[in-house]
Amino acid sequence: MRLTPRRRRRILRVAGYIVFALAIVAAVSAADWGRLSDAFFRLDVAESMFPEAITVALRNTILYTLLAFAFGLTVGLVLALMRLSTILPYRWFATAYIELFRGLPALLVLFMVGYGVPLAFPDREIPGGVYGSVTVGLGLTAAAYMAETIRAGIQAVPKGQLEAARTLGMSHPRAMVSIVLPQAFRIVIPPLTNEIILLTKDTSLVYVLGVTSSTIELTKFAGDTLNTRVNPTPLVVAGLLYLVITLPMSQVVRGLERRARRER
Amino acid sequence: MTAMSTIEITGLHKSFGRLEVLRGIDLTVEPGEVVCVIGPSGSGKSTLLRCVNLLEEPTGGSIRVAGVEVTDPDCDIDAVRRGIGMVFQQFNLFGHLTVRENVTIAQRRVLRRSRAEAYRITTDNLNRVGLADKADSYPAQLSGGQQQRVAIARALAMDPQLMLFDEPTSALDPELVGEVLAVMRGLAADGMTMLVVTHEMAFAREVASRVVFMDAGVIVEQGRPAEVFAHPREDRTREFLHRVLEPTRVSESEIGAQPAD
Repeated sequence: MRLTPRRRRRILRVAGYIVFALAIVAAVSAADWGRLSDAFFRLDVAESMFPEAITVALRNTILYTLLAFAFGLTVGLVLALMRLSTILPYRWFATAYIELFRGLPALLVLFMVGYGVPLAFPDREIPGGVYGSVTVGLGLTAAAYMAETIRAGIQAVPKGQLEAARTLGMSHPRAMVSIVLPQAFRIVIPPLTNEIILLTKDTSLVYVLGVTSSTIELTKFAGDTLNTRVNPTPLVVAGLLYLVITLPMSQVVRGLERRARRER
Repeated sequence: MTAMSTIEITGLHKSFGRLEVLRGIDLTVEPGEVVCVIGPSGSGKSTLLRCVNLLEEPTGGSIRVAGVEVTDPDCDIDAVRRGIGMVFQQFNLFGHLTVRENVTIAQRRVLRRSRAEAYRITTDNLNRVGLADKADSYPAQLSGGQQQRVAIARALAMDPQLMLFDEPTSALDPELVGEVLAVMRGLAADGMTMLVVTHEMAFAREVASRVVFMDAGVIVEQGRPAEVFAHPREDRTREFLHRVLEPTRVSESEIGAQPAD
């Protein structure tokens, strides 16, 4: 039988599916599911984590994320505008800031804020205790990333938009606020989602600041429970709770993107 | 007191780096005049237009709009721009706003008109360009011709004393050009002062009170359209009009082509 190009493509495709499926089945069946479920899926251990897993740990993880995101977005926006400024020192500062904070691990920055700020300003402290330190510590790094994202978004708005706004008599700041930034933010919604999801996971670093039972977040909470119960089930519970945050976020953003597509 | 010219340009120069785009332009536009600027690509027509509302900063010379020296560093350019409507080749409607919001936003934010007044004026101007039924659409949902008519309504809503058109039909599909020209013809008939950069020779011939031919950064000649089109004084004007008005009559020898054996 002669192989027509179409027949050959079809055979290759089916072969690809089979190899893929076999690989997954092999990996799944090779694992010792009995031991895995004894270790990671102990219902009694999972139950003992509630309701604190939600009322304290999940709540704090969300709170840390939102605080750091709000701080990072604000500082990031200012940095983005500075990078696009016609004033040279502003551009220098923003560039130096972005290069510095993008290059440092978030953990290191968090450490430095936690230990450096009290040394630098002995008479005052960051308001909000751990919450304040996390906001600044994680927000400083996030700001560097978001500044670059926002800058790209602003530059992606056609120059004619600003010109049209200025032609109507709007001042430069007014045109930025009313015309350019709203469109820039629609453009950067997908990368900013990435940023907030990364930030959600970076809140697991907060333990280095020394958290108490009321400021504890998901990862530290799971780690502590793991130690007291000598069982890794809490890791699974924490993992699922992270997904409780990130999956709906993806959904909301998909909706926003759909809306933005219609308007653009 | 004699009536003030709407635009008074003297000795205008503009360079981009080492490229000199405008090399000494003198041009006056009187109230109620429709002046069409024609000429080959790169002759500086658009740059001239964009200098009038300072979208481009002139390198030398002076520009007065309704008596206000816009080239004066102390000039409040935002205030001057409020009185100058501008229509772009690429429409430049605000993509995140509906048609109504596009026409309303500067009335509210710049002129501080009340919501009700801005709404009424927006409706009037959308009616004027025949698009009141599209008020709630977004620009992306409109054809190019409709977008350009919205752009005209947006400019008109500011009650300008002067309208600048920068090749308003050049980005349009051929069958959509007419609807935009119709709106512009109506504006001219209503006595609006207009400075129009265009390649639409038929429009220039019919509607313009004066045609200005530019080439290589200078005004080569200007005059009533009947004169310029029928009896161009300069060779460069004649050649340009020949190529634009009779494109199928341009011979191979004119463009230096060697006929194949």
